[in-house]
Amino acid sequence: MGWAIALHGGAGDIPRAMPPERLKPREAALHHCLQIGVDALKAGRPPLDVVELVVRELENNPHFNAGKGSVLTSNGTVEMEACIMDGNTKRCGAVSGLTTVKNAISLARLVMEKTPHIYLAFDGAEAFAREQGVENTDTSHFITPENIERLKQAKAANRVQIDFTQSTPKAGEKASVTALDSQDGTVGCVAVDGNGNLAAATSTGGLVNKMVGRIGDTPMIGAGTYANCYCAVSATGKGESIIRATVARDVAALMEYKGLSLNEAAAYVIEECAPKHTAGLIAVSAKGEVTMPFNTVGMFRACATEDGHSEVKIWPDEQLG
Amino acid sequence: MEASIMDGAGRRCGAVSGLTTVKNPISLARLVMDKSPHSYLAFSGAELFAKQQGVEMLDNDYFITEDNVGMLKLAKEANTIMFDYRIPTLGSESCSAVVDNPLLTMNGLPISIYAPETVGCVVVDCHGRCAAATSTGGLMNKMMGRIGDSPLIGAGTYACELCGISCTGEGEAIIRGTLARDVAALMEYKELSLQEAVDYVIKKRLDEGKAGLIAVSSNGEVAYGFNSVGMFRGFAKENGFMEVGIW
Repeated sequence: MGWAIALHGGAGDIPRAMPPERLKPREAALHHCLQIGVDALKAGRPPLDVVELVVRELENNPHFNAGKGSVLTSNGTVEMEACIMDGNTKRCGAVSGLTTVKNAISLARLVMEKTPHIYLAFDGAEAFAREQGVENTDTSHFITPENIERLKQAKAANRVQIDFTQSTPKAGEKASVTALDSQDGTVGCVAVDGNGNLAAATSTGGLVNKMVGRIGDTPMIGAGTYANCYCAVSATGKGESIIRATVARDVAALMEYKGLSLNEAAAYVIEECAPKHTAGLIAVSAKGEVTMPFNTVGMFRACATEDGHSEVKIWPDEQLG
Repeated sequence: MEASIMDGAGRRCGAVSGLTTVKNPISLARLVMDKSPHSYLAFSGAELFAKQQGVEMLDNDYFITEDNVGMLKLAKEANTIMFDYRIPTLGSESCSAVVDNPLLTMNGLPISIYAPETVGCVVVDCHGRCAAATSTGGLMNKMMGRIGDSPLIGAGTYACELCGISCTGEGEAIIRGTLARDVAALMEYKELSLQEAVDYVIKKRLDEGKAGLIAVSSNGEVAYGFNSVGMFRGFAKENGFMEVGIW
């Protein structure tokens, strides 16, 4: 046993041909956020604080589909959602439909701690944010040129995209436009301390060109986020598939009801329960194990454990520095 | 108002939240499942979708009853949130103590008899295909924008190849316990029977929360469980068995 942490920046059809200027900032962010999380665990911060901290950092980074850098709805607006869960108590908080709150994950935590509810959305969530005095900003803060372009492409292709789906280049289309497609992803973090205390957090802008008001798996307890005394899980990919397969809950249920190990449970869910090319997840167990399976082309991810192991990866079979 | 529906055969699902003018939220949830690329639409986006689909919509007043207006007033005075049948416990030691509280009576009767109830239905046909549906107005005096368990797949509603479940009660407890999914998971992963799974979940997944659920299995069984004082319910089977119950 010992502490362990994993974080992700989205699973999807991440092309190996992604140009370095798109790749490097994301890799760097994964390293940076991993270090923040590791330092916090080493300093004895509770896992609930750690996952919130790491996800805030990922939300603030414009290269991921959460907070700043969130993908756009069909109206060209952002509707951000997030969820946090504490394994021991199974207390949880979730928010959806945010447009001005700088860090959705922190608002989700306030819902958990400061209201009798678990989940607040849209106007009600924004009103609560004002009451709590959380940092908010003009909605334009979250919108990046890349996402405006991505929405344009999606509308042209008349399609709703997971952040990474590559558009088929039309004749004469520049390569850079294709590369633009495979960018951001939902973000998440799971952590466990040396005493088996677990926590999970996930945050996202959702699907490019989603219908206004569409809610995905991220804020749904048991779908995109879950933690109990067995494990903590954060999922990413096609929200509708993750909801149907109750991905996060099932990893824990397989461990509890079928006695599978963390690795076995996570692999089973990704391979057997979620259709191919739709999902990835990160999970840690009470015993300090980590797993990061996915059935998509790639998943931006990083993890570290107390025994000194650490990794930052994108595709299944390569090692990054 | 919020609702969700799930088709066990393919585990397709649809859910809606934050509706104010749609006459039948459950039907809009079904349209989300059948006619949109998504599983869950909420608030203004859901209302817009409803307009586009041409579903029956009415003025918000249609949905509001005098009883509920009265109860909201009482709840605000008592500064509490009222669960579907749970007597408010803020500032009280036990349910019976609160029943006698003159603040929490209306027309001379304890408030609990007026409190509204989430609705739901689960069905299995002769081919073993299950489906589940749940619909609610949520908690009396809830915060604006509060979403409960009813529209959350795996919490208030779930259906798969093995069973169909619909829950009711304290939404927050049902969400934490992922009640509906857990019944199915116990059957699937621990190979419990429907009734065993229902009993397990009610006993062990609710902590201090009060809730109930109805369930059917692909084998044609029906089961229910609740740890509250009562749950309005009705059952029928092809063999002629029919039952309506409260306690």
